This record gives sequence, C-alpha cells and structure tokens, in this order.
Amino acid sequence: MNPRKNRAPHTPRGTSGGAASAAYDVTRIRRDFPILHQEIHGKPLVYLDNAATTQKPQAVIDALTRYYSLDNSNVHRGVHTLSMRATQAYEAARQKVASFINAADPAEIVFVRGSTEGINLVACSYTRCCIREGDEVLITAMEHHSNIVPWQILCEERGARLRVAPMNLEGELLLDEFEKLLTPKTRLVAVVYVSNSLGTVNPVGEIVALAHAKGIPVLIDGAQATPHMAVDVQALDCDFFVFSGHKMYGPTGIGVVYGRRALLEKMPPYQGGGDMIASVTFEKTTYNTLPYKFEAGTPHVAGVIGLGAAIDYIQSIGLPRIATHERGLVAYATQELTSLPGVRLIGTAKEKASVVSFVLEGVHPHDVGTILDREGIAVRTGHHCTQPVMDFFGVPATSRASFGLYNTRAEIDALVAAIARVKEVFQ
Amino acid sequence: MDELRDLYQEMLLDHHRHPRNYGKLDGANRRAQGYNPLCGDKVTIYLLLSGDVIENIAFEGSGCAICTASCSVMTELLKGKTLGDAEKLFGVFHDLVTSDTASEVDADTLGKLAIFAGVREFPMRIKCATLAWHTMRAALTQADQTVTTE
Repeated sequence: MNPRKNRAPHTPRGTSGGAASAAYDVTRIRRDFPILHQEIHGKPLVYLDNAATTQKPQAVIDALTRYYSLDNSNVHRGVHTLSMRATQAYEAARQKVASFINAADPAEIVFVRGSTEGINLVACSYTRCCIREGDEVLITAMEHHSNIVPWQILCEERGARLRVAPMNLEGELLLDEFEKLLTPKTRLVAVVYVSNSLGTVNPVGEIVALAHAKGIPVLIDGAQATPHMAVDVQALDCDFFVFSGHKMYGPTGIGVVYGRRALLEKMPPYQGGGDMIASVTFEKTTYNTLPYKFEAGTPHVAGVIGLGAAIDYIQSIGLPRIATHERGLVAYATQELTSLPGVRLIGTAKEKASVVSFVLEGVHPHDVGTILDREGIAVRTGHHCTQPVMDFFGVPATSRASFGLYNTRAEIDALVAAIARVKEVFQ
Repeated sequence: MDELRDLYQEMLLDHHRHPRNYGKLDGANRRAQGYNPLCGDKVTIYLLLSGDVIENIAFEGSGCAICTASCSVMTELLKGKTLGDAEKLFGVFHDLVTSDTASEVDADTLGKLAIFAGVREFPMRIKCATLAWHTMRAALTQADQTVTTE
C-alpha cells in the first residue's frame, strides 16, 4: 500500500465560524474510517463501544504508515537526518497536545502509555514527594479501577488513607459530601471527568475550586473527556490531567500526563533510564529537565505522531460540533431505550456524555452482548472496570452503548431493534 | 440466527429461568467459589461428599443464562454420582464445548449436556459454560478456593 495514494483525510471546513454553522455530515465523516465499512455476521457493523476504544480515521493510519515508511528513527540526540525528522515530528506532536488542552507550556506534557500509566506516574511520583503517613487521598465512588487501585497501593505503602466521595442514584457526585471529605489531611484529589460506565460529566471546575480553596491539588482522569468536549487545563485550573490516545481516534499505547510545572519540578522521576537523565556517573545522576525527566526509555514515537494526527482530525471537525452531535445521540438513545419495557438505564445524571448503560430485566448483559453481536452491534457488557459502581447499583454488570463522532441515529434504531430480538430469544 | 437458537435452546432457557438445586446446601462438606471476571459471573458450588459418592450438590450465585443453566444441569447430573463419574462427565462436557469437531460421544452419554453443544460456536462464551464444572472440580479437590476463568 502506498500511503501517499490514499484518500485525503477529512478536510477542515473553512473558517471556524463557517465550520460551526455547517451541517454535520456524518456520512462523509464515516468515509474517513475504513473499519466501519464491513459486515459482522452478515449485518452492517454498528460500532457502539467507543468508550472502550475508538476507531481510527485514515489520516491516523496514514500518519503511522508514513512515519514507519519514511521517518522512523530514535528521537533526541541523533545527528542524522531521520533522527532529526523523527524528533521534530515527536516534539511537534507535543506542541499539538499542549495546545489541544491549552497547557501553558509543552514541557508540561509528558507522554506515557495511556491514562492508566499516567495516573500511576502521578501516584508513584507525587506520593514520594508529598504524601506521608496519616495523609489522605480523595477519589469518588464512580472511578475506573485505574483511578482506585494505584491510590490503594500507594496509600498502603505510605500508611495514608484513601477516601471516597459518594454519589446519588442518578450517578451524580454529591458535591456537599465531597467538600466535607476535604480535610486538613487531604493531600490530593483524583477525580474522573466523565464516568466510563455511567456517562456522568463531573463538575470538575467546581471540584477544583473547592479543593484549591483548601490548598489541595487535583488530578483529573480525562480519558472519557477528550474525545467528547474541549478541554482547557488552564481554565479548569487542574494540577494534573491524564488522557489516552486510543479513546480519541488515535493509536493504542499512547497517553498524556499534563502536570503543572511547579508540581512536576518538585516530583522525583517515575522511572529511571535513557532520556530522563542529564548526566550519569556511578556516584550520581542528574535528571533531565521537564518533560524528559518523566520519559525514560525510547518513547512510543509512532504513537505520539499518530496522536498528533488524531488531534488534527478532531479539530478539522471541531469538538463543539462533535459534542452537539453526540449529545443528540445520547438524548435519542436515552429516549428510545427508556421507552422499551424491561430496560433500566444505569446512570441518569443530568450532565452526561457519550455513554448509555442499561440492564434488561431477566437477561444477563453477557447474553445481551452475544445476541447484539449476531446483529452486527458491538456494545460492551460487563463491569467496565468499575466494580464498585456495579455494586452501588446492585447489578453484576451492564450493557453499555457508547458513541463516537461517526455514530448515527440509524445505528441507535438498529440497537433498539436488536434489543427486541434479545427479548424474543429470551421470551 | 440458527446459531443463536442453538445456543439459547428452550431447555437451556428453562434451566436459566428455573435453576435446579439452587441455594445453599446445609451440611455441605465441600465448597468452592467460581468467578468469571470477564462478565462478572459468580457462583458457589456446595457438595456433600460421602466416601466417593456425591450425596448432594447445590449452587448459588449470579450469572448469565449459559452459566446458570450449566450450573443447574451439572447439579442434576452429578447428584448420586461417584467421583470417577464426575471426572468423566467433566471431560465429556469440556470436549463438547471446546473441541473444534463435533463430539464423538454418543447421545446417551451426553444426555442433557447436549443442550450446550451450541456454545462451541461462541468462543467468548465457553468460559460461561465451563465455570460450573471448574468450580465443582475445585470444590472436590481443594475446599474453599475461589477459581477464576482467567
């Protein structure tokens, strides 16, 4: 395959004003995603598992192919042309990421494998400098396991205490209770922006304001936010923000930690190795400057470049327009699913993004998933790495439809029809 | 659609809706928990073993239709059987749901287990069907252990 002969990626639609008013051409957008055009068990693929991972536009696939076909080399310090090209592309992508979330400085952007590793980085490193015995870390009841377990491990290690702010039956954080749990012992708040199993959008701006009023830094798990809404880390005023490339149309294996410079400076390295040092003797090692202090070893160069291409792609459509389109899908799916007898939605917060989780009376989600698959429909069934959320709602698992920028109302109709089929089988 | 009908046969759905031998078994002397982290199936198998005979067997827990039906049918089949019989049926069932070729075991030996023949066509669901049997085996060999399908 010649990467240069492929169809041009989705092109920007004129100026920002024009783009905002142009109709959202989902048919045209779908053409950018080769994987969508296939049949599963003889039915057109309906991909509704975007909260697990999103599909990749041709522009991202091409960026990876181009990098490996033309520019592949190790980054930094090489004097030859390929190394220079790879380094330039790598650092250009860092700039792109910085402006995508409006970080003040690209040096505040650290590349990691994904949101999970990002949280682990902060948990390991921040804890070493700043959390002691008797201190507290505050999370919420709707966190993904990856924003629970790293803190449990670290709390156990340091003799610190993990505290959990509760939610209501709609799946909304109880902000009053959250505020009460901000104590003089709280050293860090770690909170999910958008819940992956409930779809709840947390009021992270208010959360940050409450925590900062008491001098407590805040980490935001933005894995489910960056594909769906514009993020401005300076406006949010958060101290750490982590997200994953593969959930926003980029490659797997690449993610980002944004950290406020003053905090990153204070924190010790996460891993030791190449690239993170300024000088090494057997007696003493001087660490490199930000962000390299936190990027030990050869980074995922192709992944970073692919992430840059994904950001370009998203911005060519525009996050506000994507958000409007997806809000429409969530509202439509909510309306259609609630009208089906026997369907109970799990997660009915006022502010939601992309996710509709449900259970069907008398049918285990795993059985729902198998039957939907035979209809060509990909949904996720299980606990979605949020077992405490499942326990809270008293269900072992849910079926989750999660939407992306390429989904359509017709696909939701297909989902509804397939649920009828599930009922038929189980009658 | 035929594969779906083969999977969700009427008798399988009946065992799902009305599981046999469901509940805690008083006086059980063997017990094990089984867990399938993929879908959250959780079952506990209770056994009352007398010598090498399974005097009584029951299960409780929550799972998908295939998991529940598998527990239900297994408990029916194993009641009164010897450990040797149980091991043999374990093998028969395992081959039935995992082997690529149609089982060579005759219909008489298969008995009710035949309703699980359709599982073979759904590789993601095999563990749902085998959880009951692995847990039963764990109960016989190592009391009070949690087995997972992973």
